[in-house]
Amino acid sequence: MSKNVKVKRGLKLSFKGEAEKILEEAPVSKNYAIKPPNFYSIVPKTTVKEGAKVLAGDELFYSKYSDQTRFVSPVSGIVKEIVRGAKRKILEIRIEADQEISYKDFGSLDPLSASEKEVKSKVFSSGLGVFLKQRPYDILANAEDSPKAIYVSAFNTAPIVGDLEFILKDKQAHFQTGINVLTRLTEGKVYLGVEANSNSYLKKLENAEIINISGPHPAGNVGTLIHETEPINQGERVWTVGAEDVAIIGELFSTGKYNAERTVAVTGESAKNRKYYKTLIGAEIQSFVGEVEENSRFISGDVLTGEKVEPDNFINFYDNELSIIPEGDNYRMFGWLPFKDNHVHSMSKTSLSWLFPNKKYSVNTNLNGEERALVVTGEMEEVMPLDIYPMELLKACMIGDIEKMENLGIYEVIPEDFALVDYVNTSKIEAQEIIRNGLDLMITEVG
Amino acid sequence: MNWIRKKLDEVKAPFQPGEKYEKYAPAVNALDTFLFVPNHTTKKGAHVRDAVDLKRTMITVVLALIPALIFGMWNTGYQHFTQLGESPSFIDAFIHGAWKIVPMIIVSYGVGLALEFAFAIMRGHEVNEGYLVTGLLIPMIMPVDIPLWMVALSVIFAVLIGKEAFGGTGMNILNPALTARAFAFFAYPTYMSGNKVWVSEASTMDGITGETILGTLAANKDVAYQTADMFTGVIPGSISETSTLCILAGALLLILTKVGSWRIILSGFIGAAVMGLIFNTLGNSVFTGNGLMNFPWYNHLVVGGLAFGIVFMATDPVSAAQTMRGKIIYGFLIGLFGIMIRVFNPAYPEGIMLAILLMNVFAPTIDYYVVQANVNKRKKRLKPQTVKTA
Repeated sequence: MSKNVKVKRGLKLSFKGEAEKILEEAPVSKNYAIKPPNFYSIVPKTTVKEGAKVLAGDELFYSKYSDQTRFVSPVSGIVKEIVRGAKRKILEIRIEADQEISYKDFGSLDPLSASEKEVKSKVFSSGLGVFLKQRPYDILANAEDSPKAIYVSAFNTAPIVGDLEFILKDKQAHFQTGINVLTRLTEGKVYLGVEANSNSYLKKLENAEIINISGPHPAGNVGTLIHETEPINQGERVWTVGAEDVAIIGELFSTGKYNAERTVAVTGESAKNRKYYKTLIGAEIQSFVGEVEENSRFISGDVLTGEKVEPDNFINFYDNELSIIPEGDNYRMFGWLPFKDNHVHSMSKTSLSWLFPNKKYSVNTNLNGEERALVVTGEMEEVMPLDIYPMELLKACMIGDIEKMENLGIYEVIPEDFALVDYVNTSKIEAQEIIRNGLDLMITEVG
Repeated sequence: MNWIRKKLDEVKAPFQPGEKYEKYAPAVNALDTFLFVPNHTTKKGAHVRDAVDLKRTMITVVLALIPALIFGMWNTGYQHFTQLGESPSFIDAFIHGAWKIVPMIIVSYGVGLALEFAFAIMRGHEVNEGYLVTGLLIPMIMPVDIPLWMVALSVIFAVLIGKEAFGGTGMNILNPALTARAFAFFAYPTYMSGNKVWVSEASTMDGITGETILGTLAANKDVAYQTADMFTGVIPGSISETSTLCILAGALLLILTKVGSWRIILSGFIGAAVMGLIFNTLGNSVFTGNGLMNFPWYNHLVVGGLAFGIVFMATDPVSAAQTMRGKIIYGFLIGLFGIMIRVFNPAYPEGIMLAILLMNVFAPTIDYYVVQANVNKRKKRLKPQTVKTA
């Protein structure tokens, strides 16, 4: 079964600094870290102490309010340090890795013949539960829920990101097993978004409803796929899983090993060795990043939704790319004049950059202006493929009007769906942050 | 450039957070950011941003106003001299107009920006660029001989009551420039209407009769101008409203840059044409009216402030409808009501100002129903589900 989704409203951003399609084995990282802040809204309770020996797959901590979801170590080694921040909040659990990784044996299980209960309990007890994210709210999936459907997108349309098809090319068997596992976790369908023109194995997978995606960003976002297939209504739950994570889930069911393999694309103009590196979740950035120009920003994730990280830190849990772009802390004289400085990309026709649709633009972190009141209308709608009114929803979130937020479709969105709104809006308002705050309000008030 | 930057940073030093003049920072920042796009980097959300900002958007509108402004300056002088029986050179006519209009612009910007800066400092936010447009629009829609103090008073009213009372830029319900004109219109009607104000110095010199075409028609007299004159704008009227040609040039820039909504502009003209056609066909058989009733519908589109209003005032994104469908309805109704007021109410032969202000008030209602359609669609989706679980 397959379905075509053609997205019209959106924005194709082409920036300089894509990664070459070369896969390299990253040098072994000495240290790894799992960062509890990567998992939104959990309250971590550690089950290990500094100095403890762990295997890959051993539990490090659990979440206070949903103790079925376990957070496990990606490598075997010694828990070196538990880094805490203000109010003793746990920021990182650092593990010094063994030379040779030894795995905890979870035992293999055929997801299609085992009972649903067995499959589910294996997923959550072995630490695979963290790969399942729930919509609405963009939080970790609750083991007690049975979602309406599960979505996986194997096509990332954001600018300068890792090509998921390339990342998955050698993982067919595990990926198929992973999809099989997912089908046992939901009463509904498992949807898999694939690039429409692709001819990879992804289109021939079994047990998944294939969605052929075409169009500009955010066509590949799971939010867009959900909206085009089974939009979320009040009270419904949908789970989403990262593409490479499906293979990790599959591998554990086939071999019994928690092999947290992560392919990270190093992208962005400031990085000199722009390639794909095969490493493990939580690896030290310095272990694979190579030479980087000075005064650059390291972003774990893509440039629209990622998080700024320090160069001596670790890659975030879910991210398939490390984007490194120049900091834009420079002035541009009269740069605000229309039709001037056309080297800075703009969707607006007040720049001539629309005359060169195929040009790749240099991009930096300059805000290109200052925050202002919301004045211009219609631009957010141009990049919003979902059938919602973005500005009205943002305003409802700003004033915290729950009924209005529900009516305008807050359950259907998470911050990443508003990433392009962040990018294009003239008033430089922080749309993703506003949506996140709106979702937080919904969690506390509605749950 | 580096030298200027260094000097600026020196000047700005006492305005930095924690320093003596911290409170007044918005004022120096406004001047600084006028020279340089600041070095601010993204702190949260998307790490990269589009090149567009509010300054660029507003300056684009100012650029779009330039043809109408220059034409207005020339036409002011041209009308003055030709009515005296002279045939002025372009420069003479232009200088006469500029001599009258530039002081109005200076007063408008001076008073308005002073208020904007004061409110920015008081409220602790940066100065919004909206007044760059408003401040130029206000003189452009006034009669040329209006005293400067009335311009100043109108500006104060527009900024204080029209905008800041509602919370400042982005929050106002009415278009500030039209609020200024409406204030002057009702407060000083003798300077804003009649047949002695539309040509420079008409009230002081006997040789000049400065009646507008709409005024002439409302008084059931014959019009001495051809459609071509009305289109190019060589007719008496408020300073920059006369030349539909120059206004359309501005409209082209607004539409091509997407700064102005083509939906509002197009539907506005269509609305006006429809109303004009209705009057033309029904005419005096149904209504008892005046000369404006039989005025051909295409002439309605090119005289008076209709074109200027629709292109530059109705498209103000803050006071207009904000949804795409809403914009079409909003524009259409402005055109419709503009001509209706023009024809039915000879006391206000220029109906477009009132039509836009009226629709400004109704824009949120239009949006409400457009958005509600989306809400209902979402609720409908929910219904079969509740049935299933029940």
